[in-house]
Amino acid sequence: MNDFLQLCFAGLALGSRYALVALGFVIIYKATGVINFAQGSMVTLGAYFAYNFHRTWGLPFALAVVMAVAAGGLVGALIQRVLLRRMVGRPVFGVIMITIGLLFLLTEVMASIWGYDARDLGDPWGIDTVKVGGVVLSVKDLWGIALAGAVLLAFFVFFKFSGIGLAMRAAAFDQEAALARGISVRRVFGWSWAIAGAVAALAGISLGSGPAAVTPSLGLIALAAFPAMILGGLDSPLGAVIGGVVIGITQTLTAGYQPEYAAFLGTNFHVVMPYVVMIAILLVRPYGLLGTKEVHRL
Amino acid sequence: MTPFRKDSANPSMVRDYGEDLHIFASRQTRVVLGLFMVLAVLAPLKLSNFQSTVLDYAGIAAIGAIGLNLLTGFTGQVSLGHAFFLGTGSYTAAYLGGQRHWPFLIFLLAAAAVGALVGAVVGPFALRLRGNYLAIITVGLVFTGQHVFESWTSVTGGLNGTSVAAPPRIGPLDFSRLVVFGHRFGRDQGFLYVIWVLVALVALTSKNLVRSRTGRALQAVRDRDVAAEVIGIRLARYKVLAFVVSSSLAALAGALFGSYQQFVAPGDFGLFVSLQYIAMIVVGGVGTTFGPILGALFITAMPRLIEQFSDRIPGVASSPGASGITIFSLNQAIFGALIIAFLVLEPRGIAALWLRVKAYFRAWPLSY
Repeated sequence: MNDFLQLCFAGLALGSRYALVALGFVIIYKATGVINFAQGSMVTLGAYFAYNFHRTWGLPFALAVVMAVAAGGLVGALIQRVLLRRMVGRPVFGVIMITIGLLFLLTEVMASIWGYDARDLGDPWGIDTVKVGGVVLSVKDLWGIALAGAVLLAFFVFFKFSGIGLAMRAAAFDQEAALARGISVRRVFGWSWAIAGAVAALAGISLGSGPAAVTPSLGLIALAAFPAMILGGLDSPLGAVIGGVVIGITQTLTAGYQPEYAAFLGTNFHVVMPYVVMIAILLVRPYGLLGTKEVHRL
Repeated sequence: MTPFRKDSANPSMVRDYGEDLHIFASRQTRVVLGLFMVLAVLAPLKLSNFQSTVLDYAGIAAIGAIGLNLLTGFTGQVSLGHAFFLGTGSYTAAYLGGQRHWPFLIFLLAAAAVGALVGAVVGPFALRLRGNYLAIITVGLVFTGQHVFESWTSVTGGLNGTSVAAPPRIGPLDFSRLVVFGHRFGRDQGFLYVIWVLVALVALTSKNLVRSRTGRALQAVRDRDVAAEVIGIRLARYKVLAFVVSSSLAALAGALFGSYQQFVAPGDFGLFVSLQYIAMIVVGGVGTTFGPILGALFITAMPRLIEQFSDRIPGVASSPGASGITIFSLNQAIFGALIIAFLVLEPRGIAALWLRVKAYFRAWPLSY
């Protein structure tokens, strides 16, 4: 039983990281209808920013985090401003392709600035653990879970009560109607990219701190966050978090039990397990658990 | 009393639907294509090994890209799972051609059939999912496929890959050791004939499919699937059909890839390969017949050319440990930048660039 709880906790910790990455996807999708394939490299970029501020410039960790989040937001807004603003009115497929191009470009730009070596972002939480019952909880994981929860809460408050949040909901609901009411859809798009960049930086720091170092391949986790995002429904922040947690727990449980009970599925089956879950869920619910059902009109 | 004189000698104007359906737009096109084919038959006599290798890989990619174009360009189903179908074809070739020693043409056809079968299994997903959801699910397909390729060791050789001992022998002709009138072709040059004849056949098939009733149905599905359904096009049938055709062509390309490269490993069929194929049709020109071929040439040849001439490009580390960015990085970055540049500046691809140049010179000196 303790083993099971331990695995569940590990899954929750992993899932909250997926959730953070997925939240970045969701906010861009919700406002602009685009899946941002470059989200992964924005995650990595955020981690490198934090590394640069904290280790290279010697700023305190907390300050470095705040600055990295700001810088990540700036990069997001810049991408939207320079590239994607030109694509307004073009097919969504084209915009998605542009984000794929960005994925390659950003990854190589980062590799040529910071190299391929693993960079140590620092270890603010050390290896402290808390013991609850028979389960050992590491402080770093607790922080990760708290961070995902806090960001989700912030999203909720932001969308519900702030003017920009309201404008974003309106633009996501009906662009033309929002324009007619005097909402600047362009500014909404800019904001959503900026927020996605900031959340990506947070995710990157959460992923890259501690024992896991910062490498150019850090952003690959974004591909593993796809199932989380799809599972919850592409346009639902709450869904992203639920999806992340479900996928995380499924993955750790698979890693824990599959070699013993279902060895014929091959080694490392837990790596593809999220995709299998995703495919299964989508066949039953084509718009994820909480996604908005698309209305088909002529 | 017809208002227009029918005159097919003037290629610049399409005046009725019948003309629009012509397989070649004009006599001029036919002559140019004919000359091009003569050139293609003679070219392997003169091409170096390096040039032939580039063209071999480009031809293989062109077959796969034509397939993807039928699915994405003409039917509007964005698939990032193309690498999986390529892999299916490659491993079919490795197993049937390499381990079971089936003849070349037979295992190519078998690979295409296996690809079609897998496509028919995956196709129905497209009925439930649209747009973004479909794109992501096909990403899942690539990863699941990689796991299968890594785990099913008796066929795929696992992580380390498998050799594909399947020589391109058709009857008495072995194209890897081709001798014609005393001229001995190298392996790379001999393969050019096999590959590019197949490219021509596949392109012709694709063009004919597109201008048929089926092709019009596919394009209607692309333009607005609900509207297509309302006017009586059976969505299920045509979406699955597009998947079947596209994945069987991908598998054919994969089988050729395996046979030519003589070795395949799961790493050859990652998500990056899928993205490359998408880039080919975007850069070449989505929804045209020649676009994918141009795109395949461009995307396959570019990294090899950069590698070849890397010592002359400033700022590139040509040996390990030297300063500057690596060739790999440069290639990836250029690849990314190209996709962005094409989509922002010329979304219709190289095919449209060519049309633009043609239009400029036709109206010269009054063009502006």
